[in-house]
Amino acid sequence: MTPLQGCLLVSALLFAIGLAGAVTRRNAILALVGIELMLNAANLNFIAFWRYGPNPEALSGMMVVIFSIAIAAAEAAVGLALIIAIYRHYRTVNLDQINSMKG
Amino acid sequence: MSLPFIIIACVTLFAAAAAMSLRNLVHCALSLIVALAGLAALYLALDAQFVGFAQILVYVGAVAILIVFAVLLTRSDATPNQTILAPGWFTGIVVSAVVFTTLGWAALNSTGLPREMPPAPVATVKNIGDLLMTQYVLPLEVIGLLLTAALIGAVIIAMRDDRPKAKMEDGGLKMEKPSLPSSILHTPSSPGGNI
Repeated sequence: MTPLQGCLLVSALLFAIGLAGAVTRRNAILALVGIELMLNAANLNFIAFWRYGPNPEALSGMMVVIFSIAIAAAEAAVGLALIIAIYRHYRTVNLDQINSMKG
Repeated sequence: MSLPFIIIACVTLFAAAAAMSLRNLVHCALSLIVALAGLAALYLALDAQFVGFAQILVYVGAVAILIVFAVLLTRSDATPNQTILAPGWFTGIVVSAVVFTTLGWAALNSTGLPREMPPAPVATVKNIGDLLMTQYVLPLEVIGLLLTAALIGAVIIAMRDDRPKAKMEDGGLKMEKPSLPSSILHTPSSPGGNI
């Protein structure tokens, strides 16, 4: 197994862990945490392919990861604000109890 | 594969699994911090110093604090005594296992992947700043606009709306108290009541 394949395997496992957490946990905050883990797995793939790729001098993978981190920060802020607004309305953050759309 | 890479990867994956499986949400947030710091160490091991420190600043510094704040503000910091898994969790586990099998199979069986690490590129902050100001200036501006819009939107969404204040004047003062009776859980408040 080459080092690049090791990176890809770590990233795939991290993505699977994040996906499993995002779809199986009841708490909305942990679903958001799972999404963050999936984004980080994608970032690790970008960095690995940038480092082992044929032209690392162009810094393209690094640029994508910098922008991706900025977008993930914005996503976390908006997502947690939504969770706080939902909690204020329903008094719960359990996803299976937030089941009425109007009111 | 070098030994430090394996150690850091194992710590990261173990912390990520703990963040997704522990019962107490505060413990989950702390495990998430360990996982994100391990990812930053992986970036440093891959010669991406700027991204590694940006990861520490943004994720370990800001996003983790935001998550801890959200956990405490929604009062879900106590260990839940009912189940922590959503209905249909088994399907979710199976789907993630299938996803991991597919990704791992593709990573292990693809040909033409580069075998050895090329010499370390010069990725100083000066180079990154040059690229951000020349080739990537349009994405940079778009990201700035997106961050501004997202932060204003987050403040507006999370801000307590002042519509219940109109209710306070006609004696609805109890609605403002933070400890609402638990019977409100499943009774949607009437949409006309907030106007």
